[in-house]
Amino acid sequence: MPETVIQTRKLTKEYVREDYHVFALKEADIEIGRGEFVALMGPSGSGKSTLLHCIAAMDRPTSGEILVLGQDLSSLNERDIAHWRNVHIGFIFQSFNLIPVLSALENVELPLNLTALKKQERREHARNALELVGLGDRLHNLPRQLSGGQEQRVAIARAIVTDPDLILADEPTGNLDAASAQEVLNMLSRLNKEFGKTIVMVTHDPHAARFASKIRYLEKGELLPDGRTPADWNLPAAEATSG
Amino acid sequence: MRIPFSYNIRNLVVRKTTTIMTALGIALTVAVLLSVLALVNGLQTSLRSSGDPKRILVMRKGATAELTSGVTRQAFQDLKFKPGIARDSAGQPLASLEIVTVINLPSVDSEAGMNVTTRGLLQPGIEIRNLKLAEGRWFESGRRELVVGKGIAARYPDARLGGTLKFGKGEWTVVGVVDAGTGPINSEILGDLNQVAGDLNRMEGLSAMWLVAEDEITAKSLINSINDDVKLTAQAKSEVEYLEAQTSSAAPIQFIGIFVSLIMAVGSSFAAMNTMYAAVSRRAREVGTLRVLGFSKGSILTSFFLESLVLALVGGVLGCLLALPLNGLTTGVGNNLTFSEIAFNFRVGPDTMATGIVFALVMGALGGLFPARSAARKEILTALREI
Ligand SMILES: Nc1ncnc2c1ncn2[C@@H]1O[C@H](COP(=O)(O)OP(=O)(O)OP(=O)(O)O)[C@@H](O)[C@H]1O
Ligand SMILES: [Mg+2]
Repeated sequence: MPETVIQTRKLTKEYVREDYHVFALKEADIEIGRGEFVALMGPSGSGKSTLLHCIAAMDRPTSGEILVLGQDLSSLNERDIAHWRNVHIGFIFQSFNLIPVLSALENVELPLNLTALKKQERREHARNALELVGLGDRLHNLPRQLSGGQEQRVAIARAIVTDPDLILADEPTGNLDAASAQEVLNMLSRLNKEFGKTIVMVTHDPHAARFASKIRYLEKGELLPDGRTPADWNLPAAEATSG
Repeated sequence: MRIPFSYNIRNLVVRKTTTIMTALGIALTVAVLLSVLALVNGLQTSLRSSGDPKRILVMRKGATAELTSGVTRQAFQDLKFKPGIARDSAGQPLASLEIVTVINLPSVDSEAGMNVTTRGLLQPGIEIRNLKLAEGRWFESGRRELVVGKGIAARYPDARLGGTLKFGKGEWTVVGVVDAGTGPINSEILGDLNQVAGDLNRMEGLSAMWLVAEDEITAKSLINSINDDVKLTAQAKSEVEYLEAQTSSAAPIQFIGIFVSLIMAVGSSFAAMNTMYAAVSRRAREVGTLRVLGFSKGSILTSFFLESLVLALVGGVLGCLLALPLNGLTTGVGNNLTFSEIAFNFRVGPDTMATGIVFALVMGALGGLFPARSAARKEILTALREI
């Protein structure tokens, strides 16, 4: 077993309103090792995003424990969490979330503004990251001058520019056409295989899930045991896991 | 500053219509404030620059203005030979007995007319003030002739060279125009003491006395000696001191102007606040994204706050530009001490503009604080979900 990067115990997130009570996450236990590429699957509302947000410390669980890179996230204050996220997490959104008024290069450079790097070095790092995702010739384009697939590649460059330990992606191909999705998945796969990045990716798409080294399923907030697929799910989990 | 400044600048440029509208609101407010400051500034400069510490004004004890003062011819005879008074080339003391009144003249600005100070003076009164004619000639004693200040000639059609004015016991002819720079004489009408006093039936009820000391040090001892002279029952002041006291006549204008600009400032702050709240809500998802990238609540707050300040700065600069054409513009203001008009130039100086910019920044700060705080306080997930 490689070094554990993510470990949760009885991780629970409850939403209670007057006429409404839901377990977005119910006593989820998951362990992810360094260098793994895990796909999180499950029906809409099953808690995939919630789990990802808890791992990124964007959300606080109602109860349970969560250790990411050996750090107990509940012990950090707001400021430390922001810094921790900047250093350790690269997050990729379904809708890219680039800053519209900043160029590709500036978007990628953004997280580096929080580091001690000098302006020149930041530019250099950002350019390298964009070249890595094949956008070395679109440095000065604004997001609206790029295709969806290119925008998501800029977002990937932004997620990896700080060289984080963990890359988290919430339906990164959800807004993309098949060809662009393929490119993005190839890229994530390459980051995992060549650069040894640990990746957790939420997806609805069985095809996308095949790029992962392991698939975990959620149902109504509950994490199904390793290797188990929902009964009405037609994707054979074993196939992906063995790949 | 962690979030690059260009992020704010470009957002201001992207929503240029709102930016310009908000900045214009701030600009107008600043322009109103600057006009008031320019007016007060100009008035003070005008009054102060013409003061000469050697020139001494003698009025009745307790009088604050020539118009309400009263002195007798006997007092003038006693005063004229005090030591320390400068003399003209003929050896006569430079001292002038004067009468001051106001007459109402129709002006270019006001149909109802404005009160203009009219002064009857003795010959030395001209040399005392170093008055130089710009046009025409001096009045002659024993005739209904007048010389007007340049500011008066410009603003009262009847008081132009060759014009006639009706007051006292008949018609007076304007025979000259005097250029007194920014001094108070620029806004006055001058005539021969005895002619004016006679027409007003005030041969004994004269107003004040002016004199010039040999030098500044003598001026001080001369003032003391007049003030200590129990027989005179008069009080002497240097011209500088007298004019400085008169700048208080600008106080009500200053008060109303500042009051109006403060009310406008409240409005402009709310406009800025509204603009910034809209910006925060439009960019909620960006705020969430920045937080996910590792930016703290503090840097979000700073970023939006700075954006509001920049917006206000644009307004402040625009406001200065709007107020700049006022610089040098001539106008008159009623002087509640002398019940007459003082003509002067608006002055928009660097310090006035700096005040305007600071004023704008305060509006930006007040308008930006709450929106910036609300942006910083957003929960990451809530922010990301907003469209
Ligand atoms: N802020 C919230 N208030 C109330 N309920 C919430 C909130 N956020 C999430 N939930 C609920 O928690 C459950 C899990 O939500 P989550 O977003 O994790 O699902 P998901 O698996 O990512 O779904 P999808 O595939 O549609 O993105 C859902 O039932 C959702 O309605
Ligand atoms: Mg989701």
